[in-house]
Amino acid sequence: MSATSARPSHAAQPSGGAFILKKALISALVALVLFSLMIGVRTEAGPQGGLIYWTRFGDLAALVATVFGGSIIVELLRQWWGPIDKDSLVPKPVQSAMSFAGRWLAPALLVFAFLVPVIFYDQRYILDLSILVLTYVMLGWGLNVVVGLAGLLDLGYVAFYAVGAYSYALLATNFGLSFWVCLPLAGILAAFWGVLLGFPVLRLRGDYLAIVTLAFGEIIRLVIINWQSLTGGPNGVSGIPRPTMFGIPLDNSDSGLAARLGIEFSPTHRLVFLFYLILAMALLTNWVTIRLRRLPIGRAWEALREDEVACRALGINTTTTKLTAFATGAMFGGFAGAFFATRQGFISPESFTFQESALVLAIVVLGGMGSQLGVALAALTMIGGFELFRGLDQYRMLVFGIAMVLLMIWRPRGLIGHRAPTVFLERNQAISSDLVKEGHG
Amino acid sequence: MSGDPILTVDRLMMRFGGIIAVNELSFTAERRKITALIGPNGAGKTTVFNCITGFYRPSGGAIRLAHDDGRTIQLERLNDFRIAKQAKVARTFQNIRLFPGMTALENLMVAQHNALMRASGLTVLGLLGLPSWREAERRAIDLARAWLDRVGLLDRADDAAGNLPYGDQRRLEIARAMCTEPALLCLDEPAAGLNARESGGLNELLLSIRNEQGTSILLIEHDMSVVMEISDHVVVMDYGVKIAEGTPQAVRDDPKVIAAYLGADEEEAIAVMESGT
Amino acid sequence: MDYFAQQLINGLVLGSIYGLIAIGYTMVYGIVGMINFAHGDIFMIGGFIALISFLVLVSLGLTAIPLILLIVLLVSMAITALYGWTIERIAYRPLRHSFRLAPMLSAIGMSFVLTNFSQVSQGARVKPVPPIITGGYTLHEGSQGFAVQLSNIQIMVVLATIVVLALFTWLVSRTRLGRDMRACEQDQTMAALLGVDVDRTISMTFVIGAALAAVAGMMYLLYYGLVDFFMGFVAGIKAFTAAVLGGIGSLPGAMLGGLAIGLIETFWSAYFSVEYKDVAAFSILIVVLIFMPTGLLGRPEVEKV
Repeated sequence: MSATSARPSHAAQPSGGAFILKKALISALVALVLFSLMIGVRTEAGPQGGLIYWTRFGDLAALVATVFGGSIIVELLRQWWGPIDKDSLVPKPVQSAMSFAGRWLAPALLVFAFLVPVIFYDQRYILDLSILVLTYVMLGWGLNVVVGLAGLLDLGYVAFYAVGAYSYALLATNFGLSFWVCLPLAGILAAFWGVLLGFPVLRLRGDYLAIVTLAFGEIIRLVIINWQSLTGGPNGVSGIPRPTMFGIPLDNSDSGLAARLGIEFSPTHRLVFLFYLILAMALLTNWVTIRLRRLPIGRAWEALREDEVACRALGINTTTTKLTAFATGAMFGGFAGAFFATRQGFISPESFTFQESALVLAIVVLGGMGSQLGVALAALTMIGGFELFRGLDQYRMLVFGIAMVLLMIWRPRGLIGHRAPTVFLERNQAISSDLVKEGHG
Repeated sequence: MSGDPILTVDRLMMRFGGIIAVNELSFTAERRKITALIGPNGAGKTTVFNCITGFYRPSGGAIRLAHDDGRTIQLERLNDFRIAKQAKVARTFQNIRLFPGMTALENLMVAQHNALMRASGLTVLGLLGLPSWREAERRAIDLARAWLDRVGLLDRADDAAGNLPYGDQRRLEIARAMCTEPALLCLDEPAAGLNARESGGLNELLLSIRNEQGTSILLIEHDMSVVMEISDHVVVMDYGVKIAEGTPQAVRDDPKVIAAYLGADEEEAIAVMESGT
Repeated sequence: MDYFAQQLINGLVLGSIYGLIAIGYTMVYGIVGMINFAHGDIFMIGGFIALISFLVLVSLGLTAIPLILLIVLLVSMAITALYGWTIERIAYRPLRHSFRLAPMLSAIGMSFVLTNFSQVSQGARVKPVPPIITGGYTLHEGSQGFAVQLSNIQIMVVLATIVVLALFTWLVSRTRLGRDMRACEQDQTMAALLGVDVDRTISMTFVIGAALAAVAGMMYLLYYGLVDFFMGFVAGIKAFTAAVLGGIGSLPGAMLGGLAIGLIETFWSAYFSVEYKDVAAFSILIVVLIFMPTGLLGRPEVEKV
């Protein structure tokens, strides 16, 4: 254990070849021990049921050599750049250019989003991916109300996504209700569950809140898996009706949209419709959130995040304030879930694991808590980036995890590191995130 | 004591486990007067405050608030936010509790939460942006602006509260409490950490709040120049019990008070005695 | 009654394993105030390393089972401890004084890394091992042909847990390191001023937590006879639940919580339904926290006004 020799010091950083070599050697040694058994020996259940193993010392050597080389490169880079200060990582001129770009980024992104189906009409893959990104943008914006504004940690957000999805799936397949009737119902049901979760956690703080929300998410998932008569268990619900454009189906039947307009049917029509549907839903979420922030309830959420005791001293009912935050966030999650169900046509508990909750939370935190634009950018980065790694196949989740760690170390406060005030007298100036609290719960 | 008390604390008890922090404490605070609660460190002053403002539930005794309109509210029966909301008791904190990531103006807007919630039709009307809501919001901003002006922070309205200097934060906290339009304002060491000039400004502010708004003030203070200059009535506590009360002059000359301070803390004792000379 | 006694034994054994993992959560929480989401995966890695080293030792020709087990235990504790140390250095230390959520997400990311690392390096299929420790005792022959069994492996799990806990308690309460750890828990700045090497102490916390998880991983392997790359997640959530149930930050609380979760799960499976055992464990956690917001043995949070 060489904790002392490998410690990074911000002040007098020793340099020179010997130091770099020593550090790289230690890293390589650590890597050798870590990977010796996990990489060096590969186990597998043998044909007779017993375990067999074979060695992979070549792979092990290559990996250790990579760590050695990588350590040298990293150390050289560190000495080249000087000590890495997180603020100076982005030079000042670039920062101001970024803030200028920031003003135009949101409108530009919005215009681009509207044009996506026009530009990529023939590329089904990109349309599909855009719909996925927008679903996560909407989920991120929904969770942002709870985590970013009210400062309440929610590790079980996927539960509301699941409630929304199953509400629509079951109402539509059992009672034949249409998407447009089910959508508000899904939102209301999810909000109801949000309140239900809210009640027990009102007194809890921080990590107690985290585990209870996580447990809640798991309970919902386990109930879905086990209540087979209602939910179909692990097999899920299939044959979920596709949405109609206000009653006009988007298929190649005689009453379909294509036939009515007298154009040739194409499956892309439905995709484009879905794209604009989720775009509209996401923008509605955004609009409502922005509106709410400027209303007393939204300010109370943010005040709650800043200082709960002070809120109580000002006569704010923190109970209802927390519950409305949970309910609002859950409602948006429910809407997104209903959309997910109609897009997929099939849902199963596999889509609602803890990984989803973690992903959405990562989007919110990486976005910069509370920033709407940041959340959108983070969703684009995470989901888009994840797709880029598709070629990596089985290494995809591994790379994703590494990226998550690196992104957090790089920007612990998220991409957009400031808060916009909700009201101003003279100057609308952003508030540095160093001052903004994270909330206790 | 006779007169017109707004706050009557009647044999207040507060126990923490086996420790009795406040023991059978009774005193009154007069309407439109400034009442000071003083005493050596650890005398139980902040505990009394926390009982009055609902952060602690008293172990015994009664706390009555008599409103101008004749209503009497038993504070010990209300809890946390209801005391601020229904009984109109506002408070500040010994270690300032602003919303540091929100602007000064936003802090004052949050303070008007309950009035604005009604005006926004519990959010529904506000979401639709109805004119009645916009009018209410404009009035709220005006009130906030007026208070920012009163405490001399109008030019810092759009700065984050956490970025303000210490003295400004103290005044902003008072302005925020006043934005709830309280009947009784409870200040926990408002002059702590202020320099002489700031402390003089605070005195003027508190006097003007009493005279112009007609708000009754109850304050805990260590700074004897503040206590002696602005208090109408002083209550002295030590070890959870009241040891003296009366006018600032009367209290200052009370041997029991001097003994309590001498026994507790030399510096404070000197402060008490020097303020009299 | 026999049935009940049997379930009690099974529950205590399962609870011991949860308790060992839960201590890692609670230690890290106590000292750095973060949820080490990767801890469940550390447990999984510990199980894998125990499996692989066992396999290697057997194929090298060692036959003395007690010796093999001892070496396996030491190897898996050592290597897993190094995993704990490395993870803290890479993923948590740079975020030590950062915002609360950043290290937590870094830990979630690290958990993904470990899960997928072992999936990539060891394959996705479940790895079974033949029973290594067999035999046991019949405690009571019931009237309806139901016998209360206590297997040797169950005895071993409980004994190992007791020994490890005794060592660990000694370490925390009697040694210099334990004193440093408790000092850092109270106030890191003050501890540093008094000459405690905070970085080293925190590193050691992760090392010890990981070593305990490795013991749990090995016990799990011996008891259930299998490991797979995904077992860290479920066990991790359960152990975390146990830590919170006991009062996070409290070491006896973690063990108590572990036993509680183990017993709840076992009894629920035995008397109600296997499918809903996890639902039961989580629901009881929620109910307990409603009435005791800081867990069974947690220090009540005094709100400073």
